[in-house]
Amino acid sequence: MLYYIARRIFAMIPTLLVISFLTFFIIELPAGDYISNQIAALRATGESASIAKLEFLRQEFALDKPFLERYLIWVGLWPGPHGFDGLIQGNWGWSFEFDRPVSEVVGPTLPLTIILNTATILFVYIVAFPIGIYSATRQYSWADYGFTFLGYIGLATPNFLLGLIMLYLANRWFGLSVGGLMDPRYIGEPWSADKVLSVLAHLIVPTIVIGTSGTAAMIRRLRANLLDELHKQYVTTARAKGMRETHLLVKYPLRMALNPFIADIGNLIPSLVSGSVIVSVVLNLPTVGPILLNALQSQDQYLSGFILLFVAMLTLLGMLVSDLLLAVLDPRIRLGGRVSP
Amino acid sequence: MSGSRKKNASMDMADPGAGHYVNPEPFNPASMETLTPAQERYYQASQWQIMWWKFRRHKIALWSGVILVLFYLNVPFAEIIAPYTANQRSNDHLFAPPQKVHFFHEGEFVGPFVYGMTSEIDIETVKWVFTEDRTQVYPIRFFCRGSDYDFWGLIPWDFHVICPAEGGTLYLLGTDRLGRDVYSGLIYGARLSLTVGIIGVTISIVLGMFFGGIAGYFGGLLDSVVQRMIEILRSLPELPLWMALSAALPVTWSPVWIYLGITVILGLLDWPGLARAVRSKLLALREEEYARAAVLMGAKPGRVIRKHLLPGFTSHIIASATLSIPAMILGETALSFLNLGLRRPAVSWGVMLNEAQDISVIVVYPWLMAPVVPIIIVVLAFNFMGDGMRDAADPYK
Repeated sequence: MLYYIARRIFAMIPTLLVISFLTFFIIELPAGDYISNQIAALRATGESASIAKLEFLRQEFALDKPFLERYLIWVGLWPGPHGFDGLIQGNWGWSFEFDRPVSEVVGPTLPLTIILNTATILFVYIVAFPIGIYSATRQYSWADYGFTFLGYIGLATPNFLLGLIMLYLANRWFGLSVGGLMDPRYIGEPWSADKVLSVLAHLIVPTIVIGTSGTAAMIRRLRANLLDELHKQYVTTARAKGMRETHLLVKYPLRMALNPFIADIGNLIPSLVSGSVIVSVVLNLPTVGPILLNALQSQDQYLSGFILLFVAMLTLLGMLVSDLLLAVLDPRIRLGGRVSP
Repeated sequence: MSGSRKKNASMDMADPGAGHYVNPEPFNPASMETLTPAQERYYQASQWQIMWWKFRRHKIALWSGVILVLFYLNVPFAEIIAPYTANQRSNDHLFAPPQKVHFFHEGEFVGPFVYGMTSEIDIETVKWVFTEDRTQVYPIRFFCRGSDYDFWGLIPWDFHVICPAEGGTLYLLGTDRLGRDVYSGLIYGARLSLTVGIIGVTISIVLGMFFGGIAGYFGGLLDSVVQRMIEILRSLPELPLWMALSAALPVTWSPVWIYLGITVILGLLDWPGLARAVRSKLLALREEEYARAAVLMGAKPGRVIRKHLLPGFTSHIIASATLSIPAMILGETALSFLNLGLRRPAVSWGVMLNEAQDISVIVVYPWLMAPVVPIIIVVLAFNFMGDGMRDAADPYK
């Protein structure tokens, strides 16, 4: 098992390198950089006093170096103006727009981003699991049709539109302010039980909004897998021998169907993280989403680069967890064999 | 069939030289089994015909297809169908609510008409308040001459299927902040919103076929490189990448170029799913006897892939491509909604939703959320149709 974990983590390193390179490439795509754009703007207005300072900043952040060198400096594999000082050394870069280190800008939002995504994954599991089993064991019942229909709607409604609709309905029916992390009353107040409750209440809506389409997909998946198993011979045999229905279900078919259920969460995580970014923008949640949008629009490259990398890391970690869970559940995987999905 | 076998058995000893009876008559397979006309039709039908028959049985998929055709009919004829042009402003009707269509005026049948609107400003909330004026009756005109437009941006014309009465207005779904008709916007928006998926999927099919094709056919090192690439791309969250890439499109580009750029971006990140499907299908088909026969007869790889393997899984590719169109439509909507995609004067459903970004606006003017409805309908229809196509893609199963 330890060997498996080590091998799995080791395999992430090249992936991370490729992803960091891709990220850097993408954020460097727009013409120029934040500072040279500012210099151009200052030149246009005829102001030259602060240009010297900006030129100095350009050198300070190695923006005058060639692309590959900049990338290596950013990651921390090449000595920059201050020696080895990049992501690996724990320096996340500098946000030009906020004029502060990236870690200070995004730092406070990282825990909430992680909490929101974890909560969503748990939500997907907790809701999809019983409904999937129910739909499979009572195939073609009214409830099954109902869940299938709801599932289709959930799949078709993009989560940011669902967020908008929820905002509207909550405001219309309950007069609730759904957006934001907590009720406006508590902003700036010291932490209290009420404040925590308010935060939790405000987390429920985004969790549902982000998780709906994933839940719908998972229900369909689990239902199909379980139905496949339930029609196999051994189930009939066990039933003929008089095994109780619940015992029969839990003993084998469920365990078999569980495998792809967990493997699938790995495929789902990227779309969940995607969803959390845009839903945070719509619902005005203090996660990395709104900061990313802002940074992209103002071409604050190191800030947006770090967030892109962080979000990609999050999905990689999620996949790692789902792989490890799978290995715990299925000895065939941790012993090195391959199981077909 | 069993009758003729019995006859053979009883005449077994007729020709002792051969050891068993041999009928000198030429063998006609049709004599063994008579086909009903329906069976005959089925056996002689082409692969695509059988697929169509199978698809037709899937009622929801069929109706989704019909709905999609209706939606796509809007694309070439948007100017004619819409009562106004998409960017036509009316300064007297800012944030006007939808006008209800009535048929009876004071108990008398007039046909479809709308009442006029009177507007006054509410000093306290600084908002225009519109009230229905029951004295003004504006019958809706059909197949009529209305506001001027350039058909496809080329031919100046003024013919509409539906237009407001002379001197009246027809805002079926209300107007937005600048007095632009939302209903006309929806029809014009369909043009960009619906085609973005088609063009994007075409790009993604080309890339997917190429990478999946070489990976599946040649295998070995090439296969593992492509596999790793697919794995990495699939593990990245799409939307943030789309956002970053479309933020990189120069602001100076014209809407047409931005539109093309966005379709390319959507297609660039979508191909891994298709490539994976192509690869696994190719791996399976490569082992079939007819493929091996072609290789043994000296066909080049390109020919084997194109002539012998491709027809075997074209239907699967089309089905999975159909299923990935909605993701692209939603991608464009999300980008435009976030102000990173298309911008006015280009009109798409996402651009229109951009105005509904603010919750305070939505609460007061809920009709600005109208584009949500066609988006959900189109995405659902594509999903149902894709499901039906996937089931029909393997007609011999």
